[in-house]
Amino acid sequence: MASIVAVIASTHHPFYYKASTATGEDRPPFADEWERKILAFRETLTRANPDVLVMVGSDHFHQLWLDNMPQFLVGKAPFYDANWYNEEREFGLPRMLLKGQEDLSAHILRNGLDEGFDLAFSNELRIDHSITCPIITLRPEADLPIVPIYTNIFAPPLPQPARFVKLGETIRQIVEQWPSHLRVAIIGTGHLSLELGGPRQFGPHGPDPEFDRRAVEWIASGDIDNCLREVTLDSLHSPGNATHGFMDFMLMMGVAGAGAKADYVDTLDLFHTMEAYFTWYPTQGGVR
Amino acid sequence: MSKYLLDKFLYTVDRDPDLVERYRSSPRELVTWWEEDRANAVLNCHTGEASTWLRFTDDERQALIGHDHVRLFELGAHPFLTLTLFIAMFERDNTEPLEYQKAFGARLAHFDMPYPDIAT
Repeated sequence: MASIVAVIASTHHPFYYKASTATGEDRPPFADEWERKILAFRETLTRANPDVLVMVGSDHFHQLWLDNMPQFLVGKAPFYDANWYNEEREFGLPRMLLKGQEDLSAHILRNGLDEGFDLAFSNELRIDHSITCPIITLRPEADLPIVPIYTNIFAPPLPQPARFVKLGETIRQIVEQWPSHLRVAIIGTGHLSLELGGPRQFGPHGPDPEFDRRAVEWIASGDIDNCLREVTLDSLHSPGNATHGFMDFMLMMGVAGAGAKADYVDTLDLFHTMEAYFTWYPTQGGVR
Repeated sequence: MSKYLLDKFLYTVDRDPDLVERYRSSPRELVTWWEEDRANAVLNCHTGEASTWLRFTDDERQALIGHDHVRLFELGAHPFLTLTLFIAMFERDNTEPLEYQKAFGARLAHFDMPYPDIAT
């Protein structure tokens, strides 16, 4: 069976690429520290030596639209083009082409359906920065095949937080049962407190530092119970109007497992939002 | 209320560089053309198929023509779509980093929680 060699949860800040590649007067003052933290975070994936990446993210109204909106969608294609015109325009992100691991996509779809998740699928999916940002930060060679999994954290009505956790637990089980010798890393990105298009956007910190502090504690300690007790679809409006992206962190807590303490935790307080990076090494597989 | 149609406008204009420029320079012409020509296009379908019933209310049309992002927020347009398109149109006029983004937020300062519902 396949082994899960790393579970990684991260924010996906679209400005990292531009900040880290800027030089001279264009380089923002926080870029050096940010780059140091990203290089250390990258090492946590590199040392796990994965063959395949399962990538959890959320389409930002690029390919998925309100006339036909899936809650959870798995890509099943041999290739994925990546990044969109408006992400080049606003964030300077490069166009990319990633390989797909189609047999693992098929395995996740079949078994996900049988486990009670009516997963949508796509045979032609152009992925966006929720998946390419962690490729840029964690595996900039972009040389490993992926299985993209999209969640709806964007267009209400949304699935409940507990459903995200359950999907994470289910993905973990399904990948562990994949009849393959390959080493799989499961990587998901979301947000801590975040406001976009509202009065609290682009402040000196994230809109709710206290929520961020508690969220980092829940994730780092694997405290799914307290997280689920305090987080509801309604409560997530309060830390910032885009904070429902935190549910992708909750999904990754489900992948890591209840009570699983993260082996690596780091944060960076930036203007606009707090960055947060977590890595777990499940006992099955482990570092080679 | 046609929040869906407001979002459809923001979505389709933002993702087409020519439409972004037309909306910036000639908002009345662009909004009028879009409502007549594009509002009913079924996006996830073969070219030529269309709906028959989608149109803006007067209030929505005026908010779009006026580049009135505060009113769009109040009407429940998706804030991510509004922000992305308005940054595309107006960030270029910044004299310092994030100037437009901060001013955009400041103009919404009178809104308290809960914000207007964005469910479509």
